Amino acid sequence: MDFDLMINSSPKLLVATLVTLKLLSLSLFFGLIIGLIFSVMRLSKNKFISTFSYVFSYVFRGTPLLVQIFIIYFGLGQIEYLRSTILWSILKEPYWCAIIAFSLNTGAYTSEILRSAFQTIKIGFIEAGKGLGLSKKIIFYKIQIPIAIKQSLPAYGNEIILMLKGTSLASTVTLMDLTGVAKYIISTTFKPIEVFIVAGGIYLSLTFIVHNFIKFTEKKLKTH
Amino acid sequence: MSQPPYNMGLLAFGDNGWGDELFFATLMTLAVAITAMFIGFIFSLIFTPLKITNNKILNFIGNFYTTVIRGVPELLVIYLFFFGGSAAVMFVAKIFGYDGYIEINAFITGAFSIGIISGAYSTEVFRGAIQSIDKGQFEACKVLGLNKYIYSFKIVIPQMLRLAIPNLSNVWQITLKDTSLISVTGLVEIMRQSYIAAGSTRDPLFFYSFAALLYLILTFFSMKIFNKLEQNYNRGF
Repeated sequence: MDFDLMINSSPKLLVATLVTLKLLSLSLFFGLIIGLIFSVMRLSKNKFISTFSYVFSYVFRGTPLLVQIFIIYFGLGQIEYLRSTILWSILKEPYWCAIIAFSLNTGAYTSEILRSAFQTIKIGFIEAGKGLGLSKKIIFYKIQIPIAIKQSLPAYGNEIILMLKGTSLASTVTLMDLTGVAKYIISTTFKPIEVFIVAGGIYLSLTFIVHNFIKFTEKKLKTH
Repeated sequence: MSQPPYNMGLLAFGDNGWGDELFFATLMTLAVAITAMFIGFIFSLIFTPLKITNNKILNFIGNFYTTVIRGVPELLVIYLFFFGGSAAVMFVAKIFGYDGYIEINAFITGAFSIGIISGAYSTEVFRGAIQSIDKGQFEACKVLGLNKYIYSFKIVIPQMLRLAIPNLSNVWQITLKDTSLISVTGLVEIMRQSYIAAGSTRDPLFFYSFAALLYLILTFFSMKIFNKLEQNYNRGF
């Protein structure tokens, strides 16, 4: 065991953790919006819209995240038309490509979580809202969404942890996140076990924090 | 010279296209995934009993395995075995008197690291399945005078398999998708082959999209097979 290496590499790995956290929070933010939109589309009565949403989530859940990043980072740059648009300033950055891929991926999973939450809301709640003369909009925002959030919390907590692990793939498109820096230190020192313990320890503590935060929120939202 | 965006000639079999290479790469992905799933089963055979015993130390070992492996990115685990695997094997070989350089095959490294990850998920699945079997059955066995051995092998395990199949289907999907990550070790599976093809034809969009399609086909058909299995095991209910 090389304890010096473990201590010396910690600051570098902790700085890289910030990159990981940034990637994670931005992806979760955009992913939640995408997930909400697609879950509402999925429940739409229009066959075309609901099928489109189904295909979106099926494709993104049925293929590895690595393929998705590679298509966006290496593949989209090939389209000449895109290179001439303003979008290119975003797509040429590996950082934003990773965030786009992560957001779409977590959006697909989130849409499934929210869809099942919306579907399990008891029809009585909506009828009660209608009986009180509330408009459709108020029923959606004040009844359906709060209940859906509460119901989907445990599953969404798992999704956050999966996404935290997913951000490690950013290292494959040259980003120096926690895994990227860990790999760099391993390949220069050839001490995989020591680096794994430190980097793995950081990931585990992040997982632990997310897990407990979700548990705490669940308890707080529990009304009965 | 610009290429047409969808040049199907790129997928030709033989020397002019990448069809045969991608076909064999798909077989390699399947081979790694099946081997990894099998290694995972062996791990879960060891760790599931540890998770459900009453012994605190054994319990801790079981929980440590599943918590660490499921909480750390797959890529980091793969790097650990990729860089650490040869060193570990050489260390063991040194004890037995061999003092040379040993390089482990990329297939073994990949299947083993994905297998350990897959094993952590299947351990959780088996634990959940065993714990959801009604305790009353244990008491019924006691009353009938059956011993613990018969209780485990004739009562618990057959029922556990039935309960576990839907979740094992998920573990298989995770394992299948995780195999894409071992392309970083240089093993020529779907991702690696697409990377090579994309590099030499300068057509990454086509090859990565095709790789995505291959994965979709694999996940689609494995889902069908698992649904069949589920029906088969549920036929008595």
